Amino acid sequence: MVPAMTETSFSAKDLACVRGGRVVFAGLGFSLSAGGALVLLGPNGSGKSSLLRVLAGLLKPAHGALAWNGQSVGDDPEAHAERTHYLGHHDAVKPVLSVAENLRFWAHLHDPHAERAGRAVDHALERFGLSRLASIPGKMLSAGQKRRTNLARLLAAPSPLWLLDEPTTALDKASIKALEQVLAEHRATGGMVVLSTHADIVMPGATELHLDKFAVAEELP
Amino acid sequence: MNRFFEVVRRDLRLALRQGSDSVMVVTFFVLTVVLFPFGIGPEVNVLERVSAGVLMVTALLASMLSLDRLFQADYEDGSLELLVLTPAPLGVVVAAKMLAHWLTTGLPLMIAAPVLAVLLHMHEDGFITLLAAMALGTPVLSLVGGIGAALVLGARRGGVLLSLLILPLYVPVLIFGVGAIDAAVQGMSAKPHLLILAAMLAAALVLAPWASAAALRQALE
Repeated sequence: MVPAMTETSFSAKDLACVRGGRVVFAGLGFSLSAGGALVLLGPNGSGKSSLLRVLAGLLKPAHGALAWNGQSVGDDPEAHAERTHYLGHHDAVKPVLSVAENLRFWAHLHDPHAERAGRAVDHALERFGLSRLASIPGKMLSAGQKRRTNLARLLAAPSPLWLLDEPTTALDKASIKALEQVLAEHRATGGMVVLSTHADIVMPGATELHLDKFAVAEELP
Repeated sequence: MNRFFEVVRRDLRLALRQGSDSVMVVTFFVLTVVLFPFGIGPEVNVLERVSAGVLMVTALLASMLSLDRLFQADYEDGSLELLVLTPAPLGVVVAAKMLAHWLTTGLPLMIAAPVLAVLLHMHEDGFITLLAAMALGTPVLSLVGGIGAALVLGARRGGVLLSLLILPLYVPVLIFGVGAIDAAVQGMSAKPHLLILAAMLAAALVLAPWASAAALRQALE
């Protein structure tokens, strides 16, 4: 299902985004190849989250195009959803379902081959130190544990493109280390990562994209 | 198709664990119907005359009571974004949520209706038709109501807005549902009324999930 990793590329050309009548950014472009990583930097409101939502397909860009292996992403949104993991501000953890149930649902939804997804869920729980919490209902979790449950989704069903909106929020130092490790392994197997962050997260060889450079000067009243 | 049942199973599990919604809907239905004999007096022929209308109107209101929760909980905890980004057509995911809504509200109402019909002295010839009208009518309520629930997503006081939007659309279901029961009680054929209800269900089945999906995308922009 995942195309040969060597030739994968994800690129954006001349993207513009308008929110509430304000141009958030314009003329933004980048290109990622297999194993690449892009770190979005910029002050609050510079459009990091908006860009990630555009890349995920939740938001239509006002202008510009996204391409996967040279093919326009908008032509086949389901194929794009299949190769993408999006992690937003909310953790999407249901309070009455256990950690394992929460994770299993998202894994099965992403990858309907139930048995494979089941093994991946166990592995994902282990990687983020959640094995002991697997049967705990979501409402008992701390903010950091919820975030780890959400992050575990990345491993529970494989996808080449990860779009992470401030993934380190509420994480402790050990969990950030674990996340860095997971990101490094994902890139080593040809995966791509786009993430926004305010905290220091070590990603060797990542390209930095400063969103304030693409801001459009506000018109004076 | 796997994904469809995955979503249904998850929503049913959530409903069973939280419990409150289904119980609330049925309790509302029973209590409101029980109020009528107090309000209009216990004369058998008066109650018999209004029984079909009371049951259908109350079922319709009860079903609406739980509608605003259909997408709201998922919207608030971020699950909806991930459901939209599922590698399946959004209409399928929405249809699954609507089916789960019907199984947890429409079906219990349908089961409770004949019991309450006895209480209202409905003529015994009307019972089978009552069941048939509820079986065809309540899914339409879940389907059409789902469009409204998606449209008011994120609005303040969405519940009130929802009833203003959706109640007029419920009128045809009410007219033909009551018409069918009255026809059966008076010894005429209920078939034409039921066929029109079935046609409404068929149309809603095809159109409502996609209309609702479009509204959801709009809400997430």
